Amino acid sequence: MSQSLAVARDLEAFVRRDAAGRGRLDLLVNGARCAGCIGKIEKAVQALPGVDGARLNLTTGKLAVELDRSAADPDRVVQAVEGLGYRACLFDPAEAVAAQDREGRELAVALGVAGFGAGNVMMFTVPAWAGLFGQELNGSTLTVMYWMAALVATPCALFAGQTFFRSAWASLRRGKANMDVPISIGVLLTLVVSFSETLLHGRHAYFDAAVTLLFLLLIGRYLDHRLRANARSAARDLLALQSPVVMRLDGDVEQGVPVAEVRVGDRLSLSPGDRVPVDGTVESGVSELDNALITGETAVVTVAAGSALHAGALNLTGRLVMRATAVSEDSTLSAIARLMEAGAQSRSAYVRLADKAAALYVPIVHTAAALTFVGGWALGLGPREALLRAAAVLIVTCPCALGLAVPAVQVAASSRLFRKGVLVKSGAALERLAEVDHVVFDKTGVLTQGQPRLMDAPPHLVALAAPLARASRHPLARALAASAGIGLVAHDCVETAGQGIEGMIDGRRARLGRAAFVGVASGGGSETELWFGFDSDVKVRFAFEDQPRADMAETVAELRRMGLGVEILSGDLAAPVQRIADSLGVAWQAGLTPFDKSAAIDRLKAEGRKVLMVGDGLNDAAALARAHASMAPGAAVDVAQNAADLVFTGTELGAVTRAIRVARTARQRALENFAFSALYNLVAGPAAMFGLINPFIAALAMSGSSIVVLLNAIRPELAWRRK
Amino acid sequence: MNILLFLAPVSVALGGLGLAAFLWTMRAGQYEDPRGDAERILYDHLEDLPPVAPRD
Repeated sequence: MSQSLAVARDLEAFVRRDAAGRGRLDLLVNGARCAGCIGKIEKAVQALPGVDGARLNLTTGKLAVELDRSAADPDRVVQAVEGLGYRACLFDPAEAVAAQDREGRELAVALGVAGFGAGNVMMFTVPAWAGLFGQELNGSTLTVMYWMAALVATPCALFAGQTFFRSAWASLRRGKANMDVPISIGVLLTLVVSFSETLLHGRHAYFDAAVTLLFLLLIGRYLDHRLRANARSAARDLLALQSPVVMRLDGDVEQGVPVAEVRVGDRLSLSPGDRVPVDGTVESGVSELDNALITGETAVVTVAAGSALHAGALNLTGRLVMRATAVSEDSTLSAIARLMEAGAQSRSAYVRLADKAAALYVPIVHTAAALTFVGGWALGLGPREALLRAAAVLIVTCPCALGLAVPAVQVAASSRLFRKGVLVKSGAALERLAEVDHVVFDKTGVLTQGQPRLMDAPPHLVALAAPLARASRHPLARALAASAGIGLVAHDCVETAGQGIEGMIDGRRARLGRAAFVGVASGGGSETELWFGFDSDVKVRFAFEDQPRADMAETVAELRRMGLGVEILSGDLAAPVQRIADSLGVAWQAGLTPFDKSAAIDRLKAEGRKVLMVGDGLNDAAALARAHASMAPGAAVDVAQNAADLVFTGTELGAVTRAIRVARTARQRALENFAFSALYNLVAGPAAMFGLINPFIAALAMSGSSIVVLLNAIRPELAWRRK
Repeated sequence: MNILLFLAPVSVALGGLGLAAFLWTMRAGQYEDPRGDAERILYDHLEDLPPVAPRD
């Protein structure tokens, strides 16, 4: 079987067309930094035929291209951008549609309305406060002021509070009370009491408190939402970079389709360098596969017609035609998927810090308010004054600070990690990560770089074999070529898939490949060695090894210093795992199946450990989903990235220690915020019960406590920056 | 004090104008690309942009 046919990829599948036939194409562009980049890229793309317009979003790095009705060529757009020196890749249209953020817009509108209300209601309540201190404003003027405040505050509060009312209602119907229940009751009761006070020409109306409260709480909600939305879109971008077009064969015609459109029975063509998109069997062709992402094994596997292929394997040397036996969603072994689902369920049972606080807070505050009303009435305050004091208790203790305590800290921590190349998928992930006491590493691709490196070989021999190595796509040959540097390429090269490459160097015929191919009888056929030799000459052996990441030892030592246990669970053979484990002095297990791995995690959990799993392969996915917290490198298969809580890009393993440290600091700050809120409520609650609170003091206390909590959340950020 | 009955609605209306403007900017997608807008505002036309070699 010869090398791949040069087929132009049909990327029309990435174009979204509207009814009129106009197309839209989204590209992810890497490396654009400034106005100059924007100008160059937009101009170059707009100049292409069939392109109506192009706009680069510098914040998200996405280039939106408008296409006219003609069959435009997306590939030329990519080439135009790459020709300017930027990396570009096409974006799956399904992902682009999903990126529209309805919830975020609703929250922003609510926040805007609440901000408007909080600001404008002050125009009327600030003069009214003057009346509280015996100034001139009194009697009918005060009542007019309150009516105007009511006119502004009520519609704003009812509109902006919808998120809370809906969530509280849903929670009550399930027979539980979340944080939104006291918020909703507090806001509604405050409005009702304020109206009745205004009608009765009273002095204590809290219209400003109701809407300011919602404004502060919405800031917390919005921050929390942004955190999750940012992480989601960043994670999507990472996956979009990997999600390739599949070349489907219709008869003899190759057509590019998104992976999601592959059906069972489709014939797909795989060029060297492609990943197997879905499970299937080989129809024709011979090649070698790199299964490192699926099984963790570093050795390559030779496949021929009839061999089974698992999604995620990398095709190395030959062109293959395969028949799909599963569609994209089922392609990961269904058993792994089931394990992962079970893991996700056990994880959704995790109670977040804020919810734990709410579980304590809600009954206490409601009991206190009820006692104030009943007790006050019984002690002769009269129903009106008693209700007013109960409402005051609900207002001053309302959980503004609690609502901000966690999201503000987590946003600060996540953006700090994001700048260091670590994506946090959710706030809950940070909380779980902070509790971790045991770290389990996968070997291939996590502790190691997942790529072979040439082990110490004499430079003159490397230089001799390099011309042949440069002509090959095989990973071992590439590693050899990389260590030799730039130089001549052999000519008349013929590569035999699964065997090796043959060619002419300085007029002499030479071979590079397996022992048998080169003509060595004694070779053990090891997968981590290459043989090289000229015809009828001495043959040389090159050995390769998967290199550990540069900061592996340092990171493991650091984890130990932080008081964490470390362990390796690998699917690879015992020898390479043992070598690395011994150099680190940690416990290890090798040759594990995906099920063994997830069972090992369960055992650790049963021992009461909180496990952080760091893995990158399909074989790690179940373990990642079951562990207390999990991380995956950016090069991991998408299943692993989906299962992991955090994804780190870059080559440093130090991201693991950094993430744990930041998560612990964030937890510390959140607890401090809770402590402050509790202290504040302990003072403000009794004060309200004894009628010491008036609208002015309530407004001051409420926003004051929120500001203190926000400042404390930003504090670690400032300290981090200084480092 | 009657002046209040005139001024108060006026000031609320002005505030409302601000709110409407905010909602409009959001609908118009003006918060989609703060970094890009910060760069674009420096030049009247993209043709005026200085030639810059891509970094990274």
